Amino acid sequence: MRIKAKDLIGMDQLDREQIGLILQTAKEMKTILKRDIKKVPTLRGKSVVTLFFEPSTRTRTSFELAAKYMSADLVNINTSVSSVVKGESLKDTGKTLEAMGVDIVVIRHSMAGAPQVLGGYLKARVINAGDGFHQHPTQALLDMMTIQERLGGFEGLKVAIVGDILHSRVARSNLFGLTTMGAEVTFCGPPTLMPPGLERPGVNVTYDMDEAVAEADVVMMLRIQLERQKAGYFPSIREYSRCYGLNKQRLALAKKDCLVLHPGPINRGVEMAGEVADSLQSCINEQVTNGVAVRMALLYLMLEQKEE
Amino acid sequence: MRYLFKGGLVLDPKTRLEKEWDVRVAGGKITELGPHLEPEADGEELVDVSGKIVAPGFIDAHVHLREPGDEVHETIRTGCLAAVAGGFTAVCAMPNTLPCADNEAVIEYVIKRAKDAGLARVYPIGAITKGRQGKEIAEMGALYQAGAVAVSDDGNPVENSEVMRRALEYTQIFGIPVIAHCEDKGLSADGLMHEGAWATVLGLRGIPAQAEEAMVARDLLLAQLTGGRLHLAHLSTAGSVALLRFAREQGIKVTAEATPHHLLLTDEAVQGYDTNTKVNPPLRSKEDVQAIRAAVREGLIQCVASDHAPWAQEDKEQEYHRAPSGIAGLETAVPIVWDTLVVKEKMKPMELIARWTTGPAQVLNLDKGYLAVGIDADLTVIDPHLNKKVEAESFYSLGKNTPVNGRSFQGWPVLTVVEGKIVMRDGKVKEDIN
Repeated sequence: MRIKAKDLIGMDQLDREQIGLILQTAKEMKTILKRDIKKVPTLRGKSVVTLFFEPSTRTRTSFELAAKYMSADLVNINTSVSSVVKGESLKDTGKTLEAMGVDIVVIRHSMAGAPQVLGGYLKARVINAGDGFHQHPTQALLDMMTIQERLGGFEGLKVAIVGDILHSRVARSNLFGLTTMGAEVTFCGPPTLMPPGLERPGVNVTYDMDEAVAEADVVMMLRIQLERQKAGYFPSIREYSRCYGLNKQRLALAKKDCLVLHPGPINRGVEMAGEVADSLQSCINEQVTNGVAVRMALLYLMLEQKEE
Repeated sequence: MRYLFKGGLVLDPKTRLEKEWDVRVAGGKITELGPHLEPEADGEELVDVSGKIVAPGFIDAHVHLREPGDEVHETIRTGCLAAVAGGFTAVCAMPNTLPCADNEAVIEYVIKRAKDAGLARVYPIGAITKGRQGKEIAEMGALYQAGAVAVSDDGNPVENSEVMRRALEYTQIFGIPVIAHCEDKGLSADGLMHEGAWATVLGLRGIPAQAEEAMVARDLLLAQLTGGRLHLAHLSTAGSVALLRFAREQGIKVTAEATPHHLLLTDEAVQGYDTNTKVNPPLRSKEDVQAIRAAVREGLIQCVASDHAPWAQEDKEQEYHRAPSGIAGLETAVPIVWDTLVVKEKMKPMELIARWTTGPAQVLNLDKGYLAVGIDADLTVIDPHLNKKVEAESFYSLGKNTPVNGRSFQGWPVLTVVEGKIVMRDGKVKEDIN
């Protein structure tokens, strides 16, 4: 079995079986990460390009290490010094990469839909590494891997996703991934940062964080961009933190061994108290490790497997 | 040239004529209109239009011809080719060119270029404000005398209520309408599509229906205050329809138009990020589309207008955020609306034809859009049974930006006659007309 679609754009493309396959493969890849010599020859002779139109350290490094551990050749294109700055269109950038014989393009873009549009121009496969407010499928997969490792599965789990849902690609990808696997998702944030039309079977929306956290198996906190306050979405960082910050008292409302996730980087003391981030319930470092494993699994499944 | 159009069903909304009559055209005029006209022996071409509908020439009250200034997207000539290919004998050109039509020179230029093209009639629309900046009203007297049939800052709302008030007052000297692009820019902000579940899923910033409705409400109140004539461009929401109905009941002088794309497509079409679905106002919800359809059927909205907005391919082949808004609509307007309203929703052909003839003629004070002996022979002939696929590549317009490429529709224009000349036959524009 392999990844069916040519490009991985969003979690809504993946069914239960496909997600299961990726998570299972990632679990195997993680054993490589635990080795002393973290290198396998699996993807020798394959080329991976990361095309990041938005600054990112962790996602880019994670993809880069994943490709290198698998022995693929990797090139990072820094769009701030490339021909993109000279006004080259996404279409022409894509055509150029195609002409160079690239096998897979990992793209991060500030505008929703850019990976899908790029994929339409390329025979090479495309992985969306985050596009605007749309999706960030590898983040959802690493979150899900972490949950599966700690809790064994997804069926019936209560997952609270808290923060700036409106501008969050992580929230959207997790929505599709988690509900596909049978978890129940509660979105929580101020009404100013809550997009319309989220409600559907297995999905709840609340503006009350205590209600969202109550009896949760997993609390996933989203990073709040401090610029949002200037744009008028909430009156002050202090008030945001008071209403939607995760501290020890709030976390006590959740199930006893409730997991705490965060896609990072954390604003300590804003969306999450330092003591929560450093607590035993926090999976934040595990998430980073699993990020590499999940990306190794995807590169493997999208590059190594031959057409059926 | 002289023609006898024989065997068609003649529909004229103005006189409610609906008969299997023949139409004789000579010297640019309609010379005879009646049953069983005999062909003349010498020099008259007999055109068999049996099974087809013969209507007064269709008028599109809202197009962007891009010239002067943006000839890479369209010229007056290519826009007129697209117009007659799409069954239109007349179009009203919006003033958002470079420079914009806030002065008589641009109005005169547009009229001259249209005359040179010699295809469809072009009625220019002047700007409401100087430079379309929304600050000071333009020299509307000069615009009117040069030939402008209305004023509009289309593409922009007139944000300052005082300026809009003055425009609605001042136009009363000339009796021309103010065509309003209703958008509260504070609410629409950086929005890219209709605000709703699809925008949420696609991660594109939404434009709430209320961004249109808030401005519709304001403009209706200003029309009430001033007694001026307000025409609402491209209405797209159920709330706007409700406000329009309320205003009519209050006796406010207001007319309105809807576009083919807002009658056909919902925000679901944005899925896949096809930038040809990016349009302002955006494609709305199913409920909005239903309300707009009902209002057009009923006649509350009396014009269908294409809002033809051609863009060069490379401008649309970009990220959704970067692509400009607009749909090249002239060559698909009639089939989209015929298929949607007549074929699927059983609207009477007579009623739909009125939305393209008497409707716009009344809004723009044009002595057009009807049939009678002695008037200019402007005719549109529709084949109500013809089912054809849209092929954007073969558009006459320089803009191939359509969200319906490859889709089939029933009901196409097959003949366009302007001032007694056949300028389009079976979708092909005759460029070598006598």
